[in-house]
Amino acid sequence: MWRAIRRALPAGHHGVTAAGLLVVAVLTLIAALAPHVVPGSPTEIARDHALRAPTWDQPFGMDDLGRSILSRVAHAYRVSLGVALASVALALLVGLPLGLVAGYAEGALDQLIMRPLDVLMAFPAILLAIALMSVFGTGVVLVAASLAVVYTPIVARVVRAAVLAVKAEVYVDGARALGAPARRLVLRHILPNAATPVLVQASVLMAIAILVEASLSFLGVGVRPPTPSLGLMLADGRGFMVQAPWMVIFPGLAIMAAVLGFNMVADGLRDWLDPQQAAGRS
Amino acid sequence: MILYSARRLALAVPLLLGMSVLIFALMRLVPGDPAVAVLGYKATPDGIRALRESFHLDEPVPQQYLRWLGAAARGDLGHDFRQNEPIGRMILDRLPVTLELTLLAALCTALIGVPLGLLAGGRRGGAADRAALAVGLVGVSVPDFWLGIMLILGLSLGAGLLPSGGWVPFAESPGENLIHMALPALTLAVSRAAVLGRLTRAAVLDTMHKSFVQYARAKGLGERAILFRHVLPNAAIPIVTVLGLQVGYMLGGAIVVEMIFTLPGLGRMTLDAVLERNYPVVQSAVLVIGAMFMLVNLVTDVLYGAIDPRVRRR
Repeated sequence: MWRAIRRALPAGHHGVTAAGLLVVAVLTLIAALAPHVVPGSPTEIARDHALRAPTWDQPFGMDDLGRSILSRVAHAYRVSLGVALASVALALLVGLPLGLVAGYAEGALDQLIMRPLDVLMAFPAILLAIALMSVFGTGVVLVAASLAVVYTPIVARVVRAAVLAVKAEVYVDGARALGAPARRLVLRHILPNAATPVLVQASVLMAIAILVEASLSFLGVGVRPPTPSLGLMLADGRGFMVQAPWMVIFPGLAIMAAVLGFNMVADGLRDWLDPQQAAGRS
Repeated sequence: MILYSARRLALAVPLLLGMSVLIFALMRLVPGDPAVAVLGYKATPDGIRALRESFHLDEPVPQQYLRWLGAAARGDLGHDFRQNEPIGRMILDRLPVTLELTLLAALCTALIGVPLGLLAGGRRGGAADRAALAVGLVGVSVPDFWLGIMLILGLSLGAGLLPSGGWVPFAESPGENLIHMALPALTLAVSRAAVLGRLTRAAVLDTMHKSFVQYARAKGLGERAILFRHVLPNAAIPIVTVLGLQVGYMLGGAIVVEMIFTLPGLGRMTLDAVLERNYPVVQSAVLVIGAMFMLVNLVTDVLYGAIDPRVRRR
């Protein structure tokens, strides 16, 4: 039986990457097209349908206010994926140049950039995010901004390490000996070769961002209630989990599917872009 | 060894100072007057003035910071705005719960993660390996708080095996205490165990290629003996390091888990303070958890140096 399953799966880590990309693509499509593809409105209250168990036309059931959980999950993906994408993009936008400069310059400039970032990294991520939310308030934009603050030092550190490694390569020395100016050296020779770990890290951060956004919203310091969010749905469903377990099961599975998708992409990318390590890993 | 530890410790001091500056600055960025925020609708001009005075809010900000830091260094974290309770006392009361949760979770992580990794890495590409890899990937992706809810739903409300929340002091009844801690510790452990399992597998596979393993195999040692006598001790260094780092991350994860299982720990206190906008408590709690996180990382670093002499030479 095992052999049959193995044959059915695409070979090796390319299979994992492909499956991960497929999951991510499908979820993104659902999020983008949510109002058109999902039956029912995420906010329409129908008291006579309250806590109705899953049926064929509403496979995820109804929540305590009679709202369609399927529709709410689909719309919540817009927040989930949107926040994750915005925070990772923002962290890359700030962290990438910082890490590039720190790694290329070394010495005093490196210290000046990295020491303050070390302070940000000295807190557990979720604690720092909660502290930031407690000061600046809740809401979609602020969650994305807080996550970006938490991620920027991580991105900068990964970029810096990659730059330090690439800088020692012979082809960089060669380009330098040929008189390439610093800007050209960094942008044409160092950055493209340091991109691998950054890409993997970005994918991992997407997965973590989805988890952290859901956690923050669940704890009441993330997205504000009228907006459908997977974490908020879980927080609401907790009070009804005995009568209506579908209120907590489906939003949770939805979070897991998205996180799993990005983790699979990251895993596959890591092996694919770094065959040497893959030999030891799989 | 001593020199190495001293150097790590010396790096920790400026980091801790930086953390205190960051937290203090953050709390001063709270929009509006903190006195008004605390007193809320009951605020009278007199009340606000009295509060501002007792918390030295009228002094220049750098002076407020130094006053706070100086007192904190002497172990005095000030008083809670609301109940006027000493914050240091509040933290000390709740610290044991969080520490116990973290340690139990670390134990669960090691007990689940290391065997999983050995099982997978021992026979690469086999059915066990594939299954362990899949379990690992799913485990990493499970949200803590959802897992906690599912465990409550299945094991406490469904099967009635374990309590869904609450806490009993260890001194009162060790057995009851552990029963109440079982689900929270498991919840906190699962995703970390998945990470540790994946890492153990990678470390085992990495060590399997080393020449001393080939030598052991050549002299006719069984695979089991090779795995436990030669591979595991050498793979232990990264495993211990990652477990140490995970203990640090659990301090963050404890916030969510304590909230779900209604444990009276430091994490829940911090969250409650955030929701009540009780900024002096938030400020101190974040500093204490941050310092603990840093301390755990420091100890891990030093331990790493102790196990592997090669690290010290850097």
